[in-house]
Order: sequence, then C-alpha cells, then structure tokens
Amino acid sequence: MTKTLFDKVWDKHVVRKIEGGPDVLFIDRHLIHEVTSPVAFLGLKSRGIKVLYPERTFATADHNTPTINQHLPVADPLSANQLKALESNSNEYGISHWGLGHQKNGIVHVVGPEHGITQPGATIVCGDSHTSTHGAFGAIAFGIGTSEVEMVLASQCIMQPKPKKMRINVTGKLSKGVTPKDVALYIISQLTTSGATGYFVEYAGEVFEKMSMEGRMTVCNLSIEMGARGGMIAPDETTFNYVKGREFSPKGEAWDKAMEYYKTLKSDADAVFDKELTFDGSAIEPMITYGTNPGMGIGISHEIPNAEEVEGGVATYNKSLGYMGFHEGESMLGKKIDYVFVGSCTNGRIEDFRAFASIVKGKKKADHVTAWLVPGSHIVEAQIKEEGLLDIFTEAGFTLRQPGCSACLAMNDDKIPAGKYSVSTSNRNFEGRQGPGSRTLLASPLVAAAAAVTGVVTDPRELIEDEGILSSVINKVKDLF
Amino acid sequence: MAYDKFTILRSTAVPLPIENVDTDQIIPARFLKATERVGFGDNLFRDWRYNPDNTPKADFVLNNPVYSGKILVGGKNFGSGSSREHAAWAIYDYGFRCVVSSFFADIFKNNCLNIGVLPVQVSPEFADKIFTAIHSDPKAELEINLPEQTITLLPTGEQEKFDISSYKKENMMNGFDDIDYLQNIKGEIEEFASELPF
Repeated sequence: MTKTLFDKVWDKHVVRKIEGGPDVLFIDRHLIHEVTSPVAFLGLKSRGIKVLYPERTFATADHNTPTINQHLPVADPLSANQLKALESNSNEYGISHWGLGHQKNGIVHVVGPEHGITQPGATIVCGDSHTSTHGAFGAIAFGIGTSEVEMVLASQCIMQPKPKKMRINVTGKLSKGVTPKDVALYIISQLTTSGATGYFVEYAGEVFEKMSMEGRMTVCNLSIEMGARGGMIAPDETTFNYVKGREFSPKGEAWDKAMEYYKTLKSDADAVFDKELTFDGSAIEPMITYGTNPGMGIGISHEIPNAEEVEGGVATYNKSLGYMGFHEGESMLGKKIDYVFVGSCTNGRIEDFRAFASIVKGKKKADHVTAWLVPGSHIVEAQIKEEGLLDIFTEAGFTLRQPGCSACLAMNDDKIPAGKYSVSTSNRNFEGRQGPGSRTLLASPLVAAAAAVTGVVTDPRELIEDEGILSSVINKVKDLF
Repeated sequence: MAYDKFTILRSTAVPLPIENVDTDQIIPARFLKATERVGFGDNLFRDWRYNPDNTPKADFVLNNPVYSGKILVGGKNFGSGSSREHAAWAIYDYGFRCVVSSFFADIFKNNCLNIGVLPVQVSPEFADKIFTAIHSDPKAELEINLPEQTITLLPTGEQEKFDISSYKKENMMNGFDDIDYLQNIKGEIEEFASELPF
C-alpha cells in the first residue's frame, strides 16, 4: 500500500491500536516549558510515578521570562514561581533544563532545532500548539495539553486517533519581498482559521523545496493557525545539512544509519491524501492581517473585505472589525501604527533579523513607534551581534532585547497597551493576545521593518525597489502627524 | 487527574453564539501562571466578562443572571488557538460539564475529553435550534445522554446523535484517564522503545 510521508512516520511509532479508539503513539522527543508542565509533574507525584525516559525530555524557560535584565531576579512572584517549578521538577526527575541565563536558553521551538533535538522522521510533542514548527524537518510534531504532557512523562506515549491527511502544494516562484510568513498567511487566508482542522498537512512544491530551514519552520509553525494538528515538509539536502553535526544529532555510523531512514521520508508518488490543494506562489504578495484571527489576512495592497465576502457570520466579523477599529473596504496601507514586535517561534530566527535589517539599514525608526526586537534564543542573539546586524539596528534607533516568547503572548511585562496597534511577526492576532485591548497586525519581518521606519503600514516592496519612494513616504507621514 | 463520571446530564444552557472563540479568550495568558490546578474558573472569559477595573461587563452572557446551567453552547470553531489545557480547566472549574458546538478545534476537544468536559458536536442546524430555543426561553433544558450518544432539546423533543470513540466514552462514563491505560501497558512500550532508531 502506498503511504504519505505522514503515514510513514506515524505508523512507525504506533505501539498499539485500540479498537474503536485512539492509537498509542510513541514519542521520540518531548519538549517542556514552565507554563504547561507544573500540573503534569504534580499529577506524576500524586500517582507516585517516575519519568520513564528522562533523556527524551528537554526543558527550557521561555513563555514567562523577562526580555531585559535577565541577570536580575524575576520580579513577578508568580512567574518566578513557575520558573522555579520547572527547574526543581527537571532536577528531581533528571531532565535537561535550560533555564533563564543558560547559554542554550531560548524559545522552545527555536532551541530544539538549534541543538539537533529535532530530527527527520521523529515524533515530537510539547505542551504548546506551535510545536508544529518542528515539522519543517519531516518530523511529526504537534501541540498537546497538560494531561498529555503527564502521559509522555509517565509513559513516553500519547493516545490519539490518526488525523486525516492534506497536501498543500505551492508552485512557481515567489516575488520580491514575499517571505515564508507571507506564504503561510496567504494559505491560512484561503483556508480560514479552521480550514485544516482534523488534518495533518504536508507542504510540497517548488516554493518549499527552495525555502531555507528557517523559512520552512515559519510555515510549519503556522499550520495550527488554520486548525491543522501539524504541518510537515519532506526532508532533503537542505534539511540534512542543517541537522548534521548538531549536539543531539546522530554522529558517525549512527548518522549513516539515520540517513538511510531519512531518505525514505517522502510521500510515495501515488500516495493518496484526503484533501489536496494547489496555489500559485507567484500570485502571493506581502500579507497583513486586519482582524482577530490569523485567517483574516489580505495582500497588503488589498482592501479589507466586506462581511458578505468572507466565510462565517456577519456578527462575528463585525465584532472583530469593531475591536480592531477598522471598517470594510478600507485600505491597510497608510494606517498609523504604534508598536513593532519582531520575534517569537514564528519569526525569531536569524533570517528574520537579517530581513528586518535589510530594510532598516541606513534609515531611522519612526519617532512614535516603539519597537521590540526579541531574538528567539541566545544563539540567535549572538549571531545578530556577530553578523553586524546589531550595529545596523543601533544606528537606525533600535535596541535588541533578550530571548523569550515576549509580546507574542504577553505573559511577561512586554504588553502592547490597550487600543494600540502593533505590527507583529508573531502568530496570533486574537483579541488581547499581546496585552488586554491590544490590536495586532500579523506580518512578515519585512512588513514589520517597513512599518517601523515609516510609522504606518507600508508595502515593503516600495522600500526594497526604490529609495526615493521611501523618503516620499516618510515625508508624507511627517505631514500626517 | 480524576474527574466526576459522566452519564446523563440534564441542564439549562448558557449561549455564546460567537464563532472562532479561541483559548486566549477562554483564559488569557496572563492567568496561566499557577503551578497548581486551582482557581481557573474565576478567570474564565476574563476580558469578555470583566472591565479593566474588574467590574463585570453587564452585556456578557456569564454576567446575565437569566442564563445558567452546566452546558455551554458556543459558535462554530470553538476552542481554536493555543493548546493550553487551562481553557478546559477553566470551563470545568466554572461548573460546566459539557460544551456544545457545530465545530471544535482539535487540541481543545482532546483536552476536554482528557479532563472530563464532554464536547458535543452537533449539526449547524441543530446548533441554531438550540440558540433559538434558549433565547426564547432561557429555562429550556437540554439532555446529554452519553451512553446513548444523544443530545435532546427537551421543550421540543428534537434530538441528534453525536460522535465519540468507544474508548473515550468508556473513560468518561467511568472517570478513567489515559494514564491508567498507559501504565498497564508499560512493558509493551519499553519493548517497543528498545527497537526504535532514536
């Protein structure tokens, strides 16, 4: 029988099938953080169970951590308590712990791949929906709840029914100024925020084949935003080159053996998907969201659709636009913004900061914009410095913060104030996601950079193609305020 | 964690006819800082329920004394977004034992099943009927019969079947969780692990 990439990895990990129920699925690698793990450890304790394979679980602190002055004690006692719980639980059960200040610390979905914990053909879970990121390596990776975190700690297994399979092909070439983030936001805008619910997605086609690992991670990361359990891309030379030589990657003979397995990781030519969609990559333009879920996105030159043009109820749509302070038929271009947030497990990797730098280089941050640049990990932070990007940022009036999830979910002090607009490279524009009352416009690092220097929503292609237009945009903005 | 067994639930219901209710609305991230599973019900729908000065928002359904009950009826695509199980905990702790919607997000649905909140997926037409019935009479009761897998709108007797795997159904009816099952097959898991390449 022919198999998809997903089938191959899933079937290899099924310990037992339950009649009329879920599969018992073995988990190779388990990532934990401070927010969704404490209650799982409490459960283990109350049952008197040990962690079955502590060497398969890795802990990092990220959701709650401050992004300035990380050398000081964490001020918020509740956050400090969660961080302490992660550390003491990890120590008690013999789990690697990369806490605040540790050189390997960073956002869980950034550090996993950086250290080779993420490998092709593996099953990877974490109590975080953006675990889908790791699918970029041809792994089956998805977010789980705390009850399941406890299951994995206790048994290295979870119990889930096998999802349906969808393949999304994006053909052709991307235009200038169009990034992996735009590809993902475009797909989500076409499918809606629930269009892939019940499915596991495989991304295929020329656009993904040419994408870097960082770009693939951005795309797979956002799979959950259209409801998919996860998304994955067949591993290729780009993948193998990235994985090889990292700390937890197989070495020597083990690498050769692993490669034999990795090379089988692709969908058979005649494999059958429950659903298959194809999009033309050349038709995608830089994207931006205007509403309160990631499916409410448009090409940056387009206008906000009318309620009857979108799927779903009019009342829900109007509630969303009302929250954002936007109206049907308006253009997003030229809208004044207050904050720019670059970071998160979606766009907090080195390529994202390179992209941001490519636009802000030689320009100045708009005076009224507050910008938070938050690297995904200490490794990314170090790279930003080594490559001279920090100098570009400093020159342009930006400062760099320390790694963490930060304003993506605003659990720490990095909160966008009520009513303010933020162009954010993160993954969710839900009501209050970046702080109570905050209004989020999701976009790529290029769009974020263009907004940061002009102070309004700006098409980054104008800044890439013609310096003259930039000064005219800036002058126009100065006239406005 | 143990939860109360679920067999037949007869109750009035609270209507929330908004689509794409994400888990950030069900419980905002800033309320996820506890290290124990206590008090999440107080912050259920925090920012829809309370003003910034902590006074209740009169127009939100949970603040309307007319509506009450152990069943929450939500719009399409209920529970999207973050995997935080705290969303399901908040619903349970508040006093709901069942959420009805025409469509659920995957992770939220799984989380509910794991902690003893029954997610009941109905057709969009049946969901509309429920909303209409509750709006015309907030005392209208629903009956959720897990053994029979039926949901009944008691004033009219209209009924629909709902899906649940036989495994999860048995768990819910007995208050079991998956850890009990997994502990029982530990030997099989260890044997499986020894043959894996990773």
